[in-house]
Amino acid sequence: MVRVEGLSRSFDGRPVIDDLDLALRPGEFTALLGRSGCGKSTLLRVLAGLDREIEGTVLVPKRRAVAFQAPRLMPWKRVWRNVLLGLPGRPERAVAESALEEVGLSDRSGAWPKTLSGGEAQRASLARALVREPDLLLLDEPFGALDALTRIKAQRLVAELWQRRGCAVLLVTHDVDEALLLADRALVMREGVIAYDTPVDLPRPRDAGDPGFTALRTRLLAELGVEAVPSAPSAA
Amino acid sequence: MTISKAPPDISVIPDINLSLERVVPVSARRRTVPRWLRRPVVPLLLLGLWQVLSSTGALDPTVLASPGTVARAAADLVSSGQLPTAMGVSLRRVLAGLAIGGVAGTGLALVAGLSRLGEDTVDATVQMLRTVPFVGLIPLLIIWLGIGEAPKIALISLGVTFPLYLNVYAGIRGVDEQLVEAGSSLGLSRWGLVRHVVLPGALPGLMTGLRYALATSWLALIFGEQINADAGIGFLLNQAREFYRTDQIVVCLVIYALLGLTADAVVRTLERLLLQWRPTFTGQ
Repeated sequence: MVRVEGLSRSFDGRPVIDDLDLALRPGEFTALLGRSGCGKSTLLRVLAGLDREIEGTVLVPKRRAVAFQAPRLMPWKRVWRNVLLGLPGRPERAVAESALEEVGLSDRSGAWPKTLSGGEAQRASLARALVREPDLLLLDEPFGALDALTRIKAQRLVAELWQRRGCAVLLVTHDVDEALLLADRALVMREGVIAYDTPVDLPRPRDAGDPGFTALRTRLLAELGVEAVPSAPSAA
Repeated sequence: MTISKAPPDISVIPDINLSLERVVPVSARRRTVPRWLRRPVVPLLLLGLWQVLSSTGALDPTVLASPGTVARAAADLVSSGQLPTAMGVSLRRVLAGLAIGGVAGTGLALVAGLSRLGEDTVDATVQMLRTVPFVGLIPLLIIWLGIGEAPKIALISLGVTFPLYLNVYAGIRGVDEQLVEAGSSLGLSRWGLVRHVVLPGALPGLMTGLRYALATSWLALIFGEQINADAGIGFLLNQAREFYRTDQIVVCLVIYALLGLTADAVVRTLERLLLQWRPTFTGQ
């Protein structure tokens, strides 16, 4: 699905990714955790094909899509045109509309991006990624800029969409709880490599109060260099 | 932690002398005079003052004709067909200059804005040429192109090229890098990125450039029509000067002003149509 071998990327001589190996399986939901500046976003950009100043082998599926932290909608295109942007051929508006319906945004199809709320814009950005029917969906902290309530809804939406579509998802996040709520597998990136790799074998839907959940959280936080405080709330 | 202090007793609200202010809704604050009426008030007052000064003799007609005389001169020039012909000629010059300068300015800006090679070759050169005041080129233009239509149109084209170039170039380089990146992650080709991301993003710059370009084009027209013109508003203006007709001079100036206002209105309409997506402050 995704195969990365010996990947390195440095900025001005300072290696951010340093001889990294990674394999992702089809249909797997993987969360990539790491402290800010650890290179997790860079890795995502490499997998997206946006950063090509790299060394090493990177194999990714042809059909992949990215949702960024900021929705990055073109302000000069109405929502449905944003969704269709870059699709080959001349797709009908109905194509965009069905994708927008999947994220619960069909009524804003003809709106200008400036009239959308933060959550709506992020859902439009998700629809734009999904309409490409990706085999690999790359999510770069897509909930980071949302308020707490909107974030919960958006996380549920992503979980639903993933279960329906069955594509592989790589979610870059710094939020351990978010990773444990959504992912099958959690990776921790440190010093330019995947330093810790664990399956998340918890029954779905997941509950942050579950003992297995708490144990994994403590472990992951320790991997991230944070000493866990008993029953710490989400590190958002 | 224990609470060391008892919560304040709020059962009796102390009688403090708080001064309250009413938040007035916008609808109640709306002024009684509508805006379309408010705007022409000062110009009309100035016009009235001018008429009063002329009628009382404080303003000598050889210095400046009265508004009434100017209006009559305008009527005469229109009925004799001189003014419509002159306006036609001048408008054609401006349109030709705008077309040539527009293509040159935006074309160069695209080359310089879109590629680094273009930036190194075109931008440095244009920035150098732009420091030459284009009116200073009139003697050269006359030597090269004679005294017909060509030097006039060339002058207007030059005046249009540089403001358009500068603003379109700045507009292209001001496009959000993140949007370009999002575009390429969506699979847009290089041309697709230009068409769907860079050019729409540069449109506000293009509009600003167009405004400056139009303003300069009228200026260039006035200069250009002082070169041996035998038709056009500049020609009328020159003729009026020779006969000390301040009324006709004012008519020509008013025509220039009206043409400028019309051009501005055209750009405003374009902006309203093309930039409606823009989340900007529209005044209170």
